[in-house]
Amino acid sequence: MKRRLGFKVEKRPIVSGSMVFLVSLFAIFAALVVAGIFFRIYGVSPIHAYQLILKGSLGNKFGLAETVRRAIPLLLCGVGLTIAFRALFWNIGAEGQLLMGAVAAAGVALFSGLPGPLLLPAMFIGGFLGGAAWGLIPAILKVMLGLNDVITTLMMNYIAIYFVEWLIHGPWKGPTARGFAYTDTFPRAAWLPTLYGTRIHWPTLVLGLVLAVVMYILVNRTRSGFEIRVIGENPDAARFAGISRFKTTLLVMLISGGFAGLAGVGEVAGIHLRLLGPTHISMGYGYTAIIVAWLARRNPLAVIVTSLLFGVIMAGGDVIKVSLGLPFQLINVFNGLILFFLIGSEIFLRYKISFFLRR
Amino acid sequence: MGWETWIITTLSRSLAYGTPLLLGTLGEIYAERSGVLNLGVEGMMIMGAYSAFTTAYITGNPWLGILVAAVVGGFFSLIHAFTSVTLKANQVVSGLSLTMLGLGLSGVLGRGWEGKLLPVAIPKITISGLSKIPFLGPILFEGQNLIVYLAILLVPLLWFILYRTRIGITIRSVGESPATADSLGINVDRVRYICVFIGGVLAGVAGGYLSVAYRPAWTEGMTAGTGWIVIALTIFSFWNPANGMLGAYLFAALYHLSYRLQPWVSPELLKAMPYAFAILVLIFVSRGTLQKRMGAPAALSLPYTRGEE
Repeated sequence: MKRRLGFKVEKRPIVSGSMVFLVSLFAIFAALVVAGIFFRIYGVSPIHAYQLILKGSLGNKFGLAETVRRAIPLLLCGVGLTIAFRALFWNIGAEGQLLMGAVAAAGVALFSGLPGPLLLPAMFIGGFLGGAAWGLIPAILKVMLGLNDVITTLMMNYIAIYFVEWLIHGPWKGPTARGFAYTDTFPRAAWLPTLYGTRIHWPTLVLGLVLAVVMYILVNRTRSGFEIRVIGENPDAARFAGISRFKTTLLVMLISGGFAGLAGVGEVAGIHLRLLGPTHISMGYGYTAIIVAWLARRNPLAVIVTSLLFGVIMAGGDVIKVSLGLPFQLINVFNGLILFFLIGSEIFLRYKISFFLRR
Repeated sequence: MGWETWIITTLSRSLAYGTPLLLGTLGEIYAERSGVLNLGVEGMMIMGAYSAFTTAYITGNPWLGILVAAVVGGFFSLIHAFTSVTLKANQVVSGLSLTMLGLGLSGVLGRGWEGKLLPVAIPKITISGLSKIPFLGPILFEGQNLIVYLAILLVPLLWFILYRTRIGITIRSVGESPATADSLGINVDRVRYICVFIGGVLAGVAGGYLSVAYRPAWTEGMTAGTGWIVIALTIFSFWNPANGMLGAYLFAALYHLSYRLQPWVSPELLKAMPYAFAILVLIFVSRGTLQKRMGAPAALSLPYTRGEE
């Protein structure tokens, strides 16, 4: 007689916070184990690799600074995405919105001619508007024409990438860039201050932290936040309650796109000091922020923690490249795995699973 | 170049570039018809492209490459099937992670292969008698390869299965109303697994076509959003294989025509055009679907659990 292991799935009525935390931890651990196989393939002991990553990203001042500077764009994009995802608007376009924020900031820095003290605030406002505009296009296309948000936001990413390429190869190519494809360096007044000896452009970091708190309050304590949640959790109820899908969708994408745009401002004004190739401005921050927001269970405050975690992973990517000579792309594999295990393990939150033997 | 040659070249190239779009779209139509949205097409395609290229490079047999691409695409789709059907996870996020995983994995594994050219690609064939037919001959029967024809043959086959057979009714009923299908004794999960698998196999072949037939070389991220355009074309097709064919070739023609603007438009902006087209194409078909997602399977992207809702 052959017996097989079967399992039964029942809905779990309430989920505790510690359960969510444990399951998330399990997902990350599982991804670490599977990713370990890759280190093995390359002949590196996974334990040794993870030790190196931790030491390189948290163990010294330089590594810690790199971790934080990677976390800044993830924080801003991630907080914005939690709001969009709350309303079940699938904004996969933070990458493009970030780039358009960078473009707007670069435009203000190079061509506005504003006097010194006004320049940086104008760049942040411009960057917010640039990202928001890029995010509002898919929002309008969705509510007015019913276009799929995943597709449109993604296509807008590609368009933004080639738009930046066009600017730096064409009209905005800097006369002083000596043949390289980037703009001139921004004037001094457009540089963000950094913490001494690091690349942490702290005004963007403070902005991200403040916005995380503000968004937490918005979602949980205001009428707009309530409407966003109802639209996402129960669209039918939202309709009966007279909540405007048009207004809410536009609001969440104004926030989500705008925040990604702010992240773009931070990258060009705090790190690169010019507009340059899209893959240099953003190393996939907009995509990684999707995982950041999802791991935070769409809670803006939790994004502070999850963005730091992915800051560690990204800084760890530099470590495995430099110390171990392994490809940086391992980070993308790892990110994909985390996201898989994360959503795969959500079944443990929504359902209770019991195993039994069946014939 | 005379007008006639100009049109012939354009259409012939559209057929060549439309083939991977068509293969991917046909597969995604089947997956979505069964109720599973798979946004992992880009990831499955790039894994197909990578595995086809390396297999063909090592063995010298491009057809073996296509076969391996089909298997790899199918395998990857099963990951999505497992999370979205068995674990009932969010299909949007699951598909996205499949794409991230595929792009990352092919980038890691393909590092040593970057920029390599394939010595033996899938041969272009010319059917000597038929290629003499005026106008149609040079488009259809000159310099295309076997996969182009196989993709075209798949259209009536998959259309027939979907609309004229019991299997097709089963698939569509699972995508429209899984509870009803379940009560009729249909194994909803199994149907969904099979349809997602078909989608994965076809996406894998589409990727393989890109790296061993269309442009026989490997570069990281060479699918460059083709998988996402497939998702857009699936919506454009109203989940009907025949419309899928129309959409794929139409899109390929637009893509090819945009390169005719080269003397006037900068190359960077030209590269952005396919993605703008994808949005425009969706705007165009949306006029009829303003009120409802007409044609979309009713249970699309909704996990099914017996006894719920």
